[in-house]
Amino acid sequence: MNRRSFRSPLARALGLGSAKSGAQHWWAQRVSAIALVPLCLWFVVSIVAHAGSDYAVFVAWIRTPLATSCMVLLLIALFHHSALGLQVVIEDYVHSDVRFAAIVAIRLGCYGLAVIGIIATLHIAFGG
Amino acid sequence: MIKNGTTDGNSTPARPRPLSPNIQIYRPQLTSVLSIANRITGLILSLGAVGLVIWLGAAAAGPQAYGVVQSLIGSWAGQVALFGCTFAFFLHLCGGIRHLVWDTVHGFELRSIYISGWTVVVCSVALTVTAWVISLFIAGWPQ
Repeated sequence: MNRRSFRSPLARALGLGSAKSGAQHWWAQRVSAIALVPLCLWFVVSIVAHAGSDYAVFVAWIRTPLATSCMVLLLIALFHHSALGLQVVIEDYVHSDVRFAAIVAIRLGCYGLAVIGIIATLHIAFGG
Repeated sequence: MIKNGTTDGNSTPARPRPLSPNIQIYRPQLTSVLSIANRITGLILSLGAVGLVIWLGAAAAGPQAYGVVQSLIGSWAGQVALFGCTFAFFLHLCGGIRHLVWDTVHGFELRSIYISGWTVVVCSVALTVTAWVISLFIAGWPQ
């Protein structure tokens, strides 16, 4: 170990520094971003391919196993990535006591919307 | 109090201290504009994600609710919003890929940064136009 370092071996091993957290957030943002690349491209290509189609065609598309799976995965990755990104924006610009409440509200809102979207997709896929 | 503007810490300085250049007075450059654009498009796409859930919810509710949402999307304002979301999506996608490349410690030279920056701009414009031309072609040109 470097003699000039004031950091304990445990602090070095954890590698988090004085911020105590953040590495996990950073990784989650990258991993969700990589997951979103193919999922979003699938979504855009599908939407372009179904441009101008009616309700019956749209429902038939969502009901295919590939579309149901991809839509659920897209909603999970999208709202996870969104919650992480919006948290950084709040941390950069909100400096009062509102900050904590805003981050909690964003988290709850994003995960709530993800669940609503997933239930809606499954309802279309498996509903009568 | 000491001469030449230094203070004892309680009174205001005789001369205002220099501030670091911030967004109001800094000349916009491709690097800073794309950095801010990545954040703004992220915010726009978060709103777009809410729209996606409303759209799926309407489809789950039935053909009538789906028809209402489809007519909103089909309206003049809806189409402008959808076009904006498409461009925001491609800009955020291309900008995000640029960030992922940077995360691998590549492309940090000033020349590379400008090449990748203009590539992001050109690709996102081209992809937006391509997506809309193909979708209008499939849907049939509006009468």
